[in-house]
Amino acid sequence: MTKIIVDGVEVDVPAEYTLLQAAEAAGAEIPRFCYHERLSIAGNCRMCLVEVKGAPKPVASCAWGVRDCRPGPNGEPPEISTKSPTVKKAREGVMEFLLINHPLDCPICDQGGQCDLQDQAMAYGVDTSRFHENKRAVTDKYLGPLVRTSMNRCIHCTRCIRFSAEVAGVSDLGALWRGEDMEITSYLEKALGSELQANVADLCPVGALTHKPESYHYRPWELTKTDSVDVMDAVGSSIRVDSRGREVMRILPRVNEAVNEEWITDKTRHIVDGLRLQRLDRPFVRDNGRLRPASWQEAFATIANRVKSTSPQRIGAIVGDLAAVEEMFALKLLMQSLGVTNIDARQDGTVLSSAYGRGSYLFNTTISGIEDADAILIVGSNPRLEASLVNVRIRKRWRVAPPPIALIGEHADLTYPYEYLGAGPETLADLVSGRHSFMEKLRGAERPLIIVGQGALTRPDGLAVLSAAAGLARDVGAVNEGWNGFSILHTAASRVGALDLGLVPGEGGVTAQEMAQGGVDVLFNLGADEIEIAPGAFVVYQGTHGDRGAHRADVILPAATYTEKSGTYVNTEGRVQLANRAAFAPGEAREDWAILRALSDVLGHRLPFDSLNALRAKLYASHPHFAGIEMVQPADGAAAIQALAGIGGNLGREAFVSPVQDFYLTNPIARASGVMAECSALARELKLEAAE
Amino acid sequence: MKLDQFAQSLLLKEFVAGFILTVKYFFKPKKTINYPFEMSHRGPRFRGEHALRRYPNGEERCIACKLCEAICPAQAITIEAGPRRNDGTRRTTRYDIDMVKCIYCGMCQEACPVDAIVEGPNMEFSVETREELYYDKAKLLENGERWEREIAKNIAKTAPYR
Repeated sequence: MTKIIVDGVEVDVPAEYTLLQAAEAAGAEIPRFCYHERLSIAGNCRMCLVEVKGAPKPVASCAWGVRDCRPGPNGEPPEISTKSPTVKKAREGVMEFLLINHPLDCPICDQGGQCDLQDQAMAYGVDTSRFHENKRAVTDKYLGPLVRTSMNRCIHCTRCIRFSAEVAGVSDLGALWRGEDMEITSYLEKALGSELQANVADLCPVGALTHKPESYHYRPWELTKTDSVDVMDAVGSSIRVDSRGREVMRILPRVNEAVNEEWITDKTRHIVDGLRLQRLDRPFVRDNGRLRPASWQEAFATIANRVKSTSPQRIGAIVGDLAAVEEMFALKLLMQSLGVTNIDARQDGTVLSSAYGRGSYLFNTTISGIEDADAILIVGSNPRLEASLVNVRIRKRWRVAPPPIALIGEHADLTYPYEYLGAGPETLADLVSGRHSFMEKLRGAERPLIIVGQGALTRPDGLAVLSAAAGLARDVGAVNEGWNGFSILHTAASRVGALDLGLVPGEGGVTAQEMAQGGVDVLFNLGADEIEIAPGAFVVYQGTHGDRGAHRADVILPAATYTEKSGTYVNTEGRVQLANRAAFAPGEAREDWAILRALSDVLGHRLPFDSLNALRAKLYASHPHFAGIEMVQPADGAAAIQALAGIGGNLGREAFVSPVQDFYLTNPIARASGVMAECSALARELKLEAAE
Repeated sequence: MKLDQFAQSLLLKEFVAGFILTVKYFFKPKKTINYPFEMSHRGPRFRGEHALRRYPNGEERCIACKLCEAICPAQAITIEAGPRRNDGTRRTTRYDIDMVKCIYCGMCQEACPVDAIVEGPNMEFSVETREELYYDKAKLLENGERWEREIAKNIAKTAPYR
């Protein structure tokens, strides 16, 4: 720790702090454009100038370290001033230079009202221009379907370049020429090739990069902001849902150091139009092979008729990927009261189960824990597509000091170099038996991390693979005091919550796959759209979009999406998070738990709650850890891998295949979204080009 | 005293004074106007019925910046915006003013960076139903076309003071 005097206030800060950080620690606000906490320091906007006592001229505080300051003649701490007239004048000069080439676009600029330049011009701008020459004109660049450019407005902070090169790990953006003529460009006029590209528009301090899909549709001041959580993948990014009236207008990231830092994927952000399109807004009942609109009473009566004439052994329930804990709990209670044991939340057929303990299906290391790992093995997963923000963390870890990273599974560009060990379980077996050189690196590591993806677990020999991976984790000491390096990477937002609730087939129950293949006569489908249900069974689909599940349904109960209900979601690391209601479900659609409650009444097994609070009270009573919002309850890792390793089994020979082949179309909301369809088509095109 | 009062009453002094006043006003020019056929003077800053203007080449002025909507103290303005279909420029897809809510404060025209929304000189827009006072974009643009000449003249007159 070093002492420094900021505006006459002495503060004690770490020596590696920059003056800007030290000033913030002292409570002084420093204006900035190019500086960003999570990107490297560029020091090119000059807005953060401060006066350092003894220095001949103002210095850029973002690029000047506290340890670079000399102490006073008698050993006094260095002194900086952030509010002196010199500083104000210097900043006004910088602002005037920045505004020389900045067009007066504010009224037509989407950044208006949320613009750093606008805000800081209020504090440091002068009201007239002394510049009478022509302003610079720059051609707009094409950066793909998600980012609109208006390059006249660019102030050359290079945040976008640094983000794509450092965080996203794609070198798609760069700068050409220098000084006033500098241009930010992708050079080849091609779309940005990252699943995190839309973050550059968030980072842009001016309106040079804005969000294309929702461009011009809203102003930031007219939006209602609701904190929520993302369900597009199992990472559970913290998001803010901005709505106007009944309509969700945009989704922004929220800072959450433990999960998404401050990034979100393009899918998280731009499925907004999918929340409006293809929605189920009233109940439907199938009559003579055709679905026709019906009333709730009629739909419930139809279900009750079928359920009452079917034995509990022939009734089943499948839970989809976007379900919140509340409705899964309600469904579980309903099925219990009907005496049904066929209930399964694993529509992709993964072998994970609550039977082996909570540590057997969590990302035990936690996402922020990745930064402490010193050897990483990825088994059967493409984290870049399955959980982009986990991949960002691995990349972040790799950038600090590259640990040995290896992959067993599909070859993929993960944005960081890794050792490719092999494609399938055989390589894993080699590793376990110690015949592979990477084993030494894992053994030598203090905190090895083994990430097992769904690509390795949703196969017939999945249990054997899981067991082998757990055995490997045990052999290399991945689970020890203070470190649990055995991590399962999920792809479905509802999965961990479902496994916590124990939504797996009970005694004599059949799995989701078996139910879909005709194992039951009445199938209750709670938003499971990724599973093909064979003809024959009577299917009740409770969901939000007219997707695969709704097409196969005999009765459709319209429900609410994650932005339209208050729901608990548990992410892959076991973090319990709350999604809040930002809008209302369309038409006659209702919140899921309320539908199940109403249905239970008609079925003659009334569920014991009348409000969401009552439901939650019951839920917390039976599963106390759900009450710990934003918390991760650590699981007993050693017992879990011991249990898993003991299972054994024969490994197959087929290569691991990642469950996420098309990143942009993994769930019904994304499939309804036009923006996602465009992105997906573009990604396919890029893939084909790369293959040529 | 009594005599004085008596003389005044006898000579009808108050009556005559009143009569003289009446006759004086009878020959003075009239202050009232014959309203539907005659109009009183309205200053160039008169805040009457709203209009959305176009540029002389027919291009819509409004750029959907939504500043009028934001400033409107009565929240009478509702705007929805989006890229225009043919050239992708920022335009309103909906521009409604609830003339019943409007308090004719003139903040919208002050906020407008392109002089698109203005309160014109027209004050004769009484209607028979409330619904007719919910102006939409077509109605406002039509107003703009009808009143453009007067509006432009008024804006030119006030320009030196803005």
